[in-house]
Amino acid sequence: MSWDTVIGLEIHVQLATKTKIFSGASTAYGAEPNTQACAIDLAMPGTLPVLNKQAVNYAIMFGLAIDAEIGQVSAFERKNYFYPDSPKGYQTTQLERPIVGRGNVEIQLADGSSKNVRIHHAHLEEDAGKSLHEGNFNSNFSGIDLNRAGTPLIEIVSEPDMCNAEEAVAFARKIHGIVTSLGICDGEMSQGSMRFDVNVSVKPSGSETLGIRTETKNLNSYKFMEEAIKREVERQIDVIEDGGTIAQETRLYNGDTKVARSMRSKEEANDYRYFPCPDLLPVVVSDEEVAELRRNLPELPDARQARFVEQYSLSDYDAGILSSDAAMAKYFEAVTSACNNAKLAANWTMGELSARLNNEDISIANSPVSAEQLGGLVTRIADNSISGKMAKEVFEGIWAGEGSADDIIEARGLKQVSDSGALEQMVADVLTANQAMVDDYISTDEAKRKKKLGGFMGKIMQASKGQANPQQVNQILAQKLNDLL
Amino acid sequence: MHNLTIAELIKGLQSKEFSSVELTQHFLNRIGSLNPAYNAVITVTAEQALKAAAEADMRLAAGNAPALCGVPILHKDIFCTNGVRTSCGSKMLDNFIPPYNATVVENFEQAGAVVLGKTNMDEFAMGSSNETSFYGPVKNPWATDCVPGGSSGGSAAAVAARLAPGATATDTGGSIRQPAALCGISGIKPTYGRVSRWGMVAFASSLDQGGPMARTAEDCALLLNCMASYDDKDSTCIDREVPDYTATLDGSVKGLRIGVPKEYFSEGLDAGIEKAVRAALANLEAQGAELVEISLPNSGLSVPAYYVIAPAEASANLSRFDGSRYGYRCEDPKDLQDMYSRSRSEGFGKEVQRRILIGTYCLSAGYYDAYYGKAQQVRKLIQQDFDRAFESVDLIMGPTCPSPAFKFGAKSDDPVAMYLEDIYTVATNLAGLPGMSIPCGMADNKPVGLQIIGTYFDEARMLNVAHQYQQATDWHDLAPEGVAS
Repeated sequence: MSWDTVIGLEIHVQLATKTKIFSGASTAYGAEPNTQACAIDLAMPGTLPVLNKQAVNYAIMFGLAIDAEIGQVSAFERKNYFYPDSPKGYQTTQLERPIVGRGNVEIQLADGSSKNVRIHHAHLEEDAGKSLHEGNFNSNFSGIDLNRAGTPLIEIVSEPDMCNAEEAVAFARKIHGIVTSLGICDGEMSQGSMRFDVNVSVKPSGSETLGIRTETKNLNSYKFMEEAIKREVERQIDVIEDGGTIAQETRLYNGDTKVARSMRSKEEANDYRYFPCPDLLPVVVSDEEVAELRRNLPELPDARQARFVEQYSLSDYDAGILSSDAAMAKYFEAVTSACNNAKLAANWTMGELSARLNNEDISIANSPVSAEQLGGLVTRIADNSISGKMAKEVFEGIWAGEGSADDIIEARGLKQVSDSGALEQMVADVLTANQAMVDDYISTDEAKRKKKLGGFMGKIMQASKGQANPQQVNQILAQKLNDLL
Repeated sequence: MHNLTIAELIKGLQSKEFSSVELTQHFLNRIGSLNPAYNAVITVTAEQALKAAAEADMRLAAGNAPALCGVPILHKDIFCTNGVRTSCGSKMLDNFIPPYNATVVENFEQAGAVVLGKTNMDEFAMGSSNETSFYGPVKNPWATDCVPGGSSGGSAAAVAARLAPGATATDTGGSIRQPAALCGISGIKPTYGRVSRWGMVAFASSLDQGGPMARTAEDCALLLNCMASYDDKDSTCIDREVPDYTATLDGSVKGLRIGVPKEYFSEGLDAGIEKAVRAALANLEAQGAELVEISLPNSGLSVPAYYVIAPAEASANLSRFDGSRYGYRCEDPKDLQDMYSRSRSEGFGKEVQRRILIGTYCLSAGYYDAYYGKAQQVRKLIQQDFDRAFESVDLIMGPTCPSPAFKFGAKSDDPVAMYLEDIYTVATNLAGLPGMSIPCGMADNKPVGLQIIGTYFDEARMLNVAHQYQQATDWHDLAPEGVAS
């Protein structure tokens, strides 16, 4: 039996405001625990929230970027639950009247096709603090760090429009590209700036009826999300094919052990007792404010993609990948301006660099290889100073902090030999030293001679310690052998 | 000195008849000797008061001192006072010392008022008799076997017993007006949004409003001048100029249209109270006001609606008291759940727990529409009743409460009977309107309150009429036995 997968995403995006959504405390990441939590964040008695207008503007900007309806009147509600990282005992969020209504996001897939994912809504809310279970605590205690409590979030809720992990990742990347291009989120996934909840269900292929879904919470990388989806789909299919039924539940995925476990079942789900927050007035947004924000929207991924195709003559696909992420786009453009070769800059940015960053889980903004350094490397590839193979070695050197491409080429003596006089001598020496191979070449049928060239190339490259320019060697070799016929 | 009104005290201070230090010491002495009989004051800040008084004397000597400079007052223990315990009448906050001032406290500090201490109150302002305080009941100075009303019973009894010439208070469903009536003093609950709620421990955020208590309407005007302010720390505070409430006190009531709601003179109203209130209305009519019988058809629904909305909001507002960051924590909690449940069971009194449970129930899935949703609809109807009434009248008057001060224990076992104490007062909170109570006679040798309800931000007119009534009568000058001497 074959199965269809149905996936919907909820994405929490931390907004890059300087202060919290309801207090004046700083949102900067990485401070000592509880040094960025004021009386409001600590939910001291008598304290009151005041809405950060910048957070509202950022949410509206997101809405405009996905062509969504903007709630002219949106309202905050209290979501009640007890947990130590939720100091008020409720989260201030939006439910009935979110700031951003229905919208659309187009995603590009590897096969070149594109697909529309509908956004159900996006709402503003406050982040919780963090529970610390490791540290200098008495064995019966956990620590609470409320620095993050009150950091503004938008929660973006998609319709269940994705049908495999690839689409879900493409959607997540697209959202990442949009919010970082807008400058409303720093996009630092390792710091929790974007977190994904994934709703997954399966149904028999072609069936109209949706299966029972599970929600896997708090995934903070594309890799974990992809793994979690694949494993969950397999698990659900196994359960159903073994005659079982899927329990509606919330699950947690551990990216390190690659194991998911049930967190709570539907029966154990909280009754959050939402009701309108009486401390905050409804948020009223005027047409003029929206128009002003619309006028000042920065370049978005789709527009940037079109520009990349036009300006750098890239393929749609390459331009799509490079423009999807603001930091990557910025990086690519910096590499290009350093080397003046957009095609090679694109290949290296998307290829070697991205692969390496992904492997090590490093964002491009924190890349150990700067755009200028990669530009320097590309320059040397373009002017034939080094071969592609050597370039990889140089790249490793830059990654390891050994300096610029030129420094490494110099220090390791990797400079490609392109001096034709020296190369001709080298080829002649090899032919002289291998007379038997030359005789064999001459006596071989013309049609099969080409295959014999590889042997000579190998010997020549060996003699040059890999530094000979292979295209030139090829040319000289063919010429010299031809002369012998 | 304790028989002088605030207006008279200001004259005495400014003409150097007595110093603020003398005045402050005098009231501190009275608190020391008389308070044990009433239990109205639960924290005395003698040292700070005398220091503030000495500073006030210097400002007075230098000239240009603000109006309330050197005048001693008491704060209800619901207002956060920097460095001074703010208990809200609860064991939960018995150890809570705020590191910030409520805006109201700040305003009085700026004005040079001298804070003598903090007054007793029903726990978290939940009660109409002051019997729910962790610090024991307050006794009514007119009859010490009777309740002073609540929740601002401590402030009301303190003013009636002349332990201070004025006090701050709060009113969520009648908590200024009902104790003012039962203790024979004047008190005004301003329009919702007139006085900042910052630093005022929340009971029901959409209903809570701070206001002053004093013996006369003129003194209330002087205190409200200082207490009312726009505050950007409270999102529900309304940015509207605060008029000088004393400037219009002398206006005539001639031609004033006073609405008399027939529903406020129906079954359940004590005959003595009705007689006193009718006499007061006749007095104003004699002064040239016009009495107009009106109907507020939905007033019978106000108590049920109030006792859904207020507990619902309270159930969330009180979630922050979880034993983790401040306030009471149970001994040796065995885990998180145990810490939550025992800290809250041991830290909150019975009435507070009852209201948290009612509120939680009303907001629960499956009950929300029938209770909270319905109550909000009723709230709109009540607002519409008032809107309609104010189309044809300038003010509305009637009794503040249905009966005079009752004996301790008379209603404490019957929550519904206790809740009916609020029958004439809660509607103004639901509508956000200003309400006032002034003494207008005696029934059963206990004071009777006349309630004055105004339209939004019409406090000046209410104070004007109250002052004109007090110019023609002397009920406000009566003192409980042994208090005036």
